[in-house]
Amino acid sequence: MPPLIEMRAIERTYVMGDNLVRALRGVDLTIEQGASIAIMGTSGSGKSTLMNIMGCLDQPTKGNYLLHGRDVARLSRAQLADVRGRMIGFVFQSFNLLSRTSALENVEMPLMYQGVGAGERHRRAMAALERVNLKGREDHHPNQLSGGQQQRVAIARALVTEAPVIMADEPTGNLDTKTSYEVMAILQGIVAQGKTVILVTHESDIAAYAQRVITLRDGLIIDDRKQTPLTPPPPEKHDQEAA
Amino acid sequence: MSIFATLKLALRALWRNKVRSLLTMLGIVFGIGAVIAMVAGGQGAQAAVKEVFQSLGTNVLVVSNNSMRQGGPSQGAGGGAALTWEDLRRLEQESLPTVRYIAPVLETRTQLVSEGGNWATSVSGTTATWFKIRNWDVEQGASFDEDTGNSNAKVAVIGKTVAAQLFPNENPIGQVIRISGQPYEVLGVLTSKGQGPRGDNDDTVIIPLNAYKQKLSRDGGAKYLKGQILVSMMEDDQAETTMQKLTELLRDWHKLDAKDDDDFRIRNPAEFAKAQQDSTERIATLLAIVAAVSLFVGGIGVMNIMLVSVIERTREIGIRMAVGAKPVDVMTQFLVESLALAAVGGLLGLGLGYVSAQYMADYFGWKMFFPATTAAVAFAVAGGVGVVFGLYPAIRASQLDPITALRYET
Ligand SMILES: Nc1ncnc2c1ncn2[C@@H]1O[C@H](COP(=O)(O)OP(=O)(O)OP(=O)(O)O)[C@@H](O)[C@H]1O
Ligand SMILES: [Mg+2]
Repeated sequence: MPPLIEMRAIERTYVMGDNLVRALRGVDLTIEQGASIAIMGTSGSGKSTLMNIMGCLDQPTKGNYLLHGRDVARLSRAQLADVRGRMIGFVFQSFNLLSRTSALENVEMPLMYQGVGAGERHRRAMAALERVNLKGREDHHPNQLSGGQQQRVAIARALVTEAPVIMADEPTGNLDTKTSYEVMAILQGIVAQGKTVILVTHESDIAAYAQRVITLRDGLIIDDRKQTPLTPPPPEKHDQEAA
Repeated sequence: MSIFATLKLALRALWRNKVRSLLTMLGIVFGIGAVIAMVAGGQGAQAAVKEVFQSLGTNVLVVSNNSMRQGGPSQGAGGGAALTWEDLRRLEQESLPTVRYIAPVLETRTQLVSEGGNWATSVSGTTATWFKIRNWDVEQGASFDEDTGNSNAKVAVIGKTVAAQLFPNENPIGQVIRISGQPYEVLGVLTSKGQGPRGDNDDTVIIPLNAYKQKLSRDGGAKYLKGQILVSMMEDDQAETTMQKLTELLRDWHKLDAKDDDDFRIRNPAEFAKAQQDSTERIATLLAIVAAVSLFVGGIGVMNIMLVSVIERTREIGIRMAVGAKPVDVMTQFLVESLALAAVGGLLGLGLGYVSAQYMADYFGWKMFFPATTAAVAFAVAGGVGVVFGLYPAIRASQLDPITALRYET
C-alpha cells in the first residue's frame, strides 16, 4: 500500500508581474494514512500553498506529488475534481458555505457531484449533521448559524463523502477558544475512526492536538516531529444546544 | 449530477434574482413575440393579397387598347382605340385551342338613380360569358343567360354595395334603376367578392353588351372596341403561349410592321398578383429579420446577465469545485440556467406573439395565422439562443481556477 501522500522536491512559484514569489522551495513530505498532522509556520511561510497542492486544488510548479500512489500532475481538471470529491474533504477558515442554502443542502452538495440519489443523499447528510451535533439545524441557512455552527456544517460537508482525508486550513482561525475546542474534539473523533486529518494552524495550542507537527519557514520544512496529542476538554453540556 | 437536480438548482438561482431574471427574459419574450407576430402577419398579408387578385379570376388575360397611345398623334377615329369589334369576331372564330372563353367588356362611370337613392358607380356592358370568366355567381335572383347577354334588354345585375346603397330596405330584384336616365330592371344581386386591386369589387353594375352599346357608348359602338376583351384559358400554364398567339394575331390583323409597337396591350393579372405577393413577401421577410435582430439583442441580454452572474458567484463556483464539481458540472449548471431563462421567455413570447398576431389580424382584417411549425421553430430558437448566448459565460465559469475562485472577494 503506497503512502497517502508522497511529495518530492515540490516547488510553487507565483509570478507577480516582474517578481517571482517562491512560496514553496522544495518540500519533501510523506504522510501515512490514519494520522493527524498539524502544519505550522509564520504567516506567508507557505502553509496554505502546501495544503492546496496536497488537496489537488493547485498544482506544483516543480516536483512530484503522488496521492495514493497516483501522479497528480497527469490528471485532467475533471479527474482532479473527482479526486477532490472522493478522497478529500475540505474545511476552510472562512467556512465557505453556500449562502441562502440550508445546512442540509450544503452538506448534500458533494454527493450531488458523485451522482448519489436524492434519498440516500438526504439520509447521509442527516447522519453527517448528527455527527457534528447539529441535529435540528438542518433547515437553517448559514446566516442563521453561529460561527462554530457554520464550521461544524462545513465539517459535516467534508465528512459526508466518507473521504479518507480531511484537510482543514486554519479551521479555528475565526472561532473563539471554546468553540475551537469543540471543533478540535470533532476532528479528533474523525482521526479515531482511522481517517487522516491534516490541519494548518499557527496556534501551537491547536497543533498540540495532532500526532505530528510539521513546521514551515519560507517555503521549506524546518521541523517535523511526532508527539503525543492532547485531548481537548469535553464540551460543556449547556452550550451544546442553546438553540 | 442528475439533470433534474441541475434544473432545480437553475430555477432556484433564477428565482433568487426574480426581477433581474424577468427583465432579461423580456428581451427574449419580445424577440420571440415579434418573430411570431411578423411571420403570422406576413402570412396574413400575403393571403389577403392573394384573395384580392383571385377575385379577378385567376386564369385570365386582359386585352385592352394601349393607353399609352391615347391622346397621342396617332389618335384617329377610334379616339385612341385600336381594338375593333372585328378583332373580337375573328378571335371568336379562330377558336384557339388554349382559349376557353372570350368576353368583351365596356365600362364607364355614371350616376344611378332608384326610388330610394342615388349612387355613382361603374357600369359594365358585357355578355353572359363574362360571369363564367370572372367565376362570379348571383346570390339573389339571376344573371343573364346567353340570349339576354347578347340582347339589348334593359336589365341589370348589381353588386352588393350598389344593392345596399340603392335599396337599403327592400328586395332589389324586379326593381328599376335608372342608368343615364334609362330604366333597367334588376335581375340579380352578385355574391360579394370584397376588395379587389381597384377597390370594392361589389360596387358595380352589369348590363347586356348591346344595351350598353346603344345607350352608353357615345359612338354607338360602331367600329372600335373601347374597352377590354377578357380571354380565359383552358389550363393554368397557358398564359404565356396564349399571350404570344394573341399578340401575333392582333399584330397581323392590325397590319403592324415588325418595327411598329403594339397598338394594344395584353395583361396577365396573375402576374400582377405574383409581383404584389413578392413585394409583400419581401416586406414580411424584412420585418421578420428586424424581429430576429431583436431576438438576437435579447440573447445578448441573456449573455450579459449570465456573465454578471458568473462573476457574482465566483466564490460559489470555487466551493463547488473544491467539493468535486467537474468543469462540465459547472458549465452545465450555468448553461441550464440560461436555457431555462430563454425557454420560459420563449414560452411567454409565444403567448405574446399569438396575441399580437390575433390583434393585427383583427385590425387589418386578415385571416389569423398561427402556424404550429413557426411556433415550434421559434421556441426551439429561443432555446438555441439560451444555449448559444449562455455558452460563453458557462465556459468561463467552468474554466475558473478553484483556488482563485475560492479566494475571490465579492
Ligand atoms: N495567488 C498568489 N499569487 C501570488 N503570491 C501568492 C499567492 N498565494 C500566495 N502567495 C504568496 O506565497 C507565499 C505563501 O503564501 P501562503 O498563503 O501559502 O502562506 P500561509 O503560510 O498560508 O500564510 P498565512 O498564515 O498568512 O495564511 C506568500 O508570500 C504569499 O504572498
Ligand atoms: Mg494560509
